[in-house]
Amino acid sequence: MSYHNPYTPPRKSATFDDYTLAEIRRAAATGIYDIRGAGTKRKVPHFDDLLFLGASISRYPLEGYREKCDTTVVLGSRFAKKPITLKTPITIAGMSFGALSGNAKEALGRGATLAGTSTTTGDGGMTNEERGHSQTLVYQYLPSRYGMNPRDLRRADAIEVVVGQGAKPGGGGMLLGQKISDRVAHMRNLPKGIDQRSACRHPDWTGPDDLEIKIMELREITDWEKPIYVKVGGARPYYDTALAVKAGADVVVLDGMQGGTAATQDVFIENVGMPTLACIRPAVQALQDLGMHRKVQLIISGGIRSGADVAKALALGADAVAIGTAALVAIGDNDPKWEEEYQKLGTTAGAYDDWHEGKDPAGITTQDPELANRLDPIAAGRRLANYLKVMTLEAQTIARACGKNHLHNLEPEDLCALTMEAAAMAQIPLAGTNWYPGKGGF
Amino acid sequence: MPVFDLSVTPLRELNSALHGLPAGTNDLAFEVVNPRGHHAVAAGIDAAVTVDIKGSVGYYCAGMNDGGNVTVHGSAGPGVAENMMSGTVVIEGDASQYAGATGQGGLLVIKGNAASRCGISMKGIDIVVHGNIGHMSAFMGQSGHLVVLGDAGDALGDSLYEAKLFVRGSVKSLGSDCIEKEMRPEHLAKLSELLEKAGVRGVKPEEFKRYGSARKLYNFNIDNADAY
Repeated sequence: MSYHNPYTPPRKSATFDDYTLAEIRRAAATGIYDIRGAGTKRKVPHFDDLLFLGASISRYPLEGYREKCDTTVVLGSRFAKKPITLKTPITIAGMSFGALSGNAKEALGRGATLAGTSTTTGDGGMTNEERGHSQTLVYQYLPSRYGMNPRDLRRADAIEVVVGQGAKPGGGGMLLGQKISDRVAHMRNLPKGIDQRSACRHPDWTGPDDLEIKIMELREITDWEKPIYVKVGGARPYYDTALAVKAGADVVVLDGMQGGTAATQDVFIENVGMPTLACIRPAVQALQDLGMHRKVQLIISGGIRSGADVAKALALGADAVAIGTAALVAIGDNDPKWEEEYQKLGTTAGAYDDWHEGKDPAGITTQDPELANRLDPIAAGRRLANYLKVMTLEAQTIARACGKNHLHNLEPEDLCALTMEAAAMAQIPLAGTNWYPGKGGF
Repeated sequence: MPVFDLSVTPLRELNSALHGLPAGTNDLAFEVVNPRGHHAVAAGIDAAVTVDIKGSVGYYCAGMNDGGNVTVHGSAGPGVAENMMSGTVVIEGDASQYAGATGQGGLLVIKGNAASRCGISMKGIDIVVHGNIGHMSAFMGQSGHLVVLGDAGDALGDSLYEAKLFVRGSVKSLGSDCIEKEMRPEHLAKLSELLEKAGVRGVKPEEFKRYGSARKLYNFNIDNADAY
């Protein structure tokens, strides 16, 4: 009797999948690690893994078209003489002129202003266009101190001391030579065309005790007028939040690993830091333990995409959120209308992340004047404002369904979790139970 | 002359007075007594005032100074004259870490020694140290001049950009991408000018060596990875 061996399809390794194999070949061919923009692309537990419960017999909903649901937020009320008031708790995260084109920065300022919120500078200093188009502008105080000067500190509405960011907690920045145009080089006091490195640590302070003195100096320079934020990446949120409060911060900005970057090593983006969802409760716990919840405001960023994400972050205890990647998409980043050009760059709309190369077809992450001119800052600003308003309306819709007349009245009890991981990270009961991992009584 | 006694007067009153000079005032000379190591003394000056501080100060004295002439008749803690824009800061004693960090202009004179990271990330400031400086000084220095009459510690000028370093004594070690360079006439002239401004007498520019960037790390090359 003859035996016929049936066909078995080729089996690829789950460990050495196509992407991994391609990355090994790329590293071997080029001798450099992969650098890219944006945040983590791996799937991590996120706000999608939480649901709102809505009202029931024990909770009365508010009428969507009649009853008010307030969205205003005051930031910096702890020490600053001039705290800022925003109409929506959705702010624009720090992104630099240099990483972004002047038109993109202008669009962010215009959009934020139309929506009644703040935008934020980035590494490289403050441009006049950005200041002029941003009603409320937060000025980042970064380790590099590129373009840092007391005049800009004083004309800012708030100061954000950047200790870290979610895409790369513990890492510095880089702006590769191809984006160092004459203007960028001048603002950063560097030769044109060189790779510009931003330090990972501040040059003149180390540790929380020094930070307290540094914050005091910044307050003295600005006559105690400006709210001072401290931004940290999602690494040790309980202790970082507590130490920022101890150091005298008015506001803590906490950025999870889905938060974007202009350019960093892919290995860093994908392997360092914690998901945003896992950062919020420890930070809120730290504020509560210190009796500072709602006195020191907490801004959460990293992967915020919709009003539902906003509402969930606030329900977990945040006072506001910040968006970066989503804001860039709103003004035109990765738009399929540029698909032909994305293809020429070896990518596709929705996956383009070589923001450091300065070849962005959408004219956003570039210093090439021809590309930058493709972005109309007025129209792009309008799109951003629309998006911010939609997100705010979505968050209000959910809050009303939970019976809340202010977004800040959302609470953990309004939520349930879909997965064990999300339940554990957010300390929210698994749907249909009153239990989450780590809580006794199972 | 306004005199602020920091043993009884809050620091806020001093800095507030320095930032809020009445228009057209001629009263531009301030004296600070009993500084007692206070931090941020005379921080954020934005006018051509003269401030004499009679004693030692803590962190960030004359931070972000823009146009003031500040003299510390004592020693200074970390970050003195950090991010200075313009003006002059003179320390009669020693200075702690990060003196002149990220300074963008002006002149910082330290008549004693400076600790580690003197001139870190300097962006245009001129610093003259009569004594020695500690390790990692001028790290990532972008522009400006660091003049040291004494010795320099380890890793001088690590990852240097275009700042120019002049050392009269020994250098314990040079940092990555920092090399000794030819002292050309324009450097001697600049050095003479800085020594004169810093009140140094009886020292010739020819006694110094110049150090600067080899510019090998300006654009990433995998074969330079062992330099980091």
